Amino acid sequence: MPIIEIEGLRFTYSGSRKPALNGIDLSIEKGEFVVLTGPSGCGKTTFCRCLNGLIPHFYHGDFQGRVVVAGLDTREHEIWELAQHVGLVFQNPENQLFCLTVEADVAFGPENLGLPREEIRRRVDWALRATGMWELRFRAPHELSGGQQQRAAIAGVLAMEPEVLVLDEPTSFLDPAGAAEIIALVAKLSREHRMTVILAEHRLELVAPYADRIIVMEEGRIALNGPPEEVLTSGKATELGVGIPKVVKLHALLAASGLRLSRVPLSPREMAELLAEVAKDWR
Amino acid sequence: MAIELEDVWFVYPNGVEALRGISLTIEEGEFVVIMGPNGAGKTTLVKTFNGLIRPTRGRVLVDGVDTRDATVAELSRKVGLVFQNPDHQLFCETVEEEVAFALRNFGFEDDEIRRRVDWALRTFGLEGYRDASPLALSGGEKKRVALASVLVWEPKYLVLDEPTLGQDYAQKKRLRELIRGLLGDRTVIMVTHDVEFVADMRPRPRLILMSGGRLLADGRAEEILTDPERIDMARLVRPQVPEVLRNLRSLGAPVRTDVLDVEEARDIILSALEVGRG
Repeated sequence: MPIIEIEGLRFTYSGSRKPALNGIDLSIEKGEFVVLTGPSGCGKTTFCRCLNGLIPHFYHGDFQGRVVVAGLDTREHEIWELAQHVGLVFQNPENQLFCLTVEADVAFGPENLGLPREEIRRRVDWALRATGMWELRFRAPHELSGGQQQRAAIAGVLAMEPEVLVLDEPTSFLDPAGAAEIIALVAKLSREHRMTVILAEHRLELVAPYADRIIVMEEGRIALNGPPEEVLTSGKATELGVGIPKVVKLHALLAASGLRLSRVPLSPREMAELLAEVAKDWR
Repeated sequence: MAIELEDVWFVYPNGVEALRGISLTIEEGEFVVIMGPNGAGKTTLVKTFNGLIRPTRGRVLVDGVDTRDATVAELSRKVGLVFQNPDHQLFCETVEEEVAFALRNFGFEDDEIRRRVDWALRTFGLEGYRDASPLALSGGEKKRVALASVLVWEPKYLVLDEPTLGQDYAQKKRLRELIRGLLGDRTVIMVTHDVEFVADMRPRPRLILMSGGRLLADGRAEEILTDPERIDMARLVRPQVPEVLRNLRSLGAPVRTDVLDVEEARDIILSALEVGRG
């Protein structure tokens, strides 16, 4: 059974006439790493808010269709209940950290669930170690770099032990090396704990190597949905203004010159290895 | 005519040394990109150009005038700074007022103001938002209003702090074309983290890398962006094209690695493979 099932989802924010989501049908299997992309205003953030129940419980509007996450229909279950299954990490980590220490921030969620002390301790320690924040647990969030703050925010979400991790452009405020570290951390969590990841991101060169699937949204609908090699090489992706990674462009240029590789590379190393295979045959 | 920095130091009241002895000259007409990790001092540096920050030690000269001897308003006439976060810059009730605001302050005639505001709104595709509140716009639209409201007074030196932050690919492409159109008439100084955005710029800029309040490198973009050591030191992500070539080289292919351009990389790869075949 898929961990996320969406049928006929339409949502229009109160006071707006234009639907932000306009007919989404989608199912995602447990453990999948899904990248969500598309031009600004295409509905990515709204979609993320539907996955943990912020829509329709917090943001009001006209909601149609059905969103079922981990077997729970989001209309019938409240945010605190859904939060134990779906963790949402926002763009700006400053907006989700408010305690005096990182550790207190990470403990906030499990404490509110009223879990036993030892269980809270276990979850907090695990989340701090999994995100590399253990050494920094007694620091105040505002003293940390943007990358460390985002790690702390992810730790706070992990402490709820969700099956699904949703991240809405989590690296926009970080420098490129910090961004790459966060993405690698998310990939590791997804691999080691079979966590389902939905990651909204523009910079596909950063995330495509980890993706099982890329979904491109346009005007509140799903325009493309498939494995990265397929989506990134489709004419439609270019037409929609998706930022195609340079290795994929280089692959297309080489193909046009008659040099075919066994698959579409998603990282520079992969491309070099594929080229080396071809070169060996020719020597 | 130039912006000249002579051994510029800046220490914030909390003791943080944001700039530690920076000397550099940006000539009129140059296209300069400044890159480096968060906290490197990039934003502090560009704020010294229009006097928003006055050096604790050393001096900044704008066309020969020491920034300590001029007001921010006087300096801004020449040096237009577009901030990273448009919310820190926009405050008027309508887009039209926002774009006209500086022109009124600088004492332009009403006819001239109308002409220039019309031009700016048209150039940035904002005509439909003339009476809208800047704060009700999307992030990308706010960025365009912020840019329009500075470009409208045609500052000689245009400084853009992280213009691509949070912009999608299509918006970045438009921005790249816009900057390209400005070059030649204007000096453009851009702070950014976006390696591939810079790699795609034509002409390629002069690139300054900063770290810890100091200059790490100052040279041609092709040279610095294809040097993995300096890229890593500045906490940037290595651009993909030279990285493909470097990986190929370590696998034994006789290829150059100082290349950013995809077409050029294709030609290099094809000819290296031909060598292998013969």
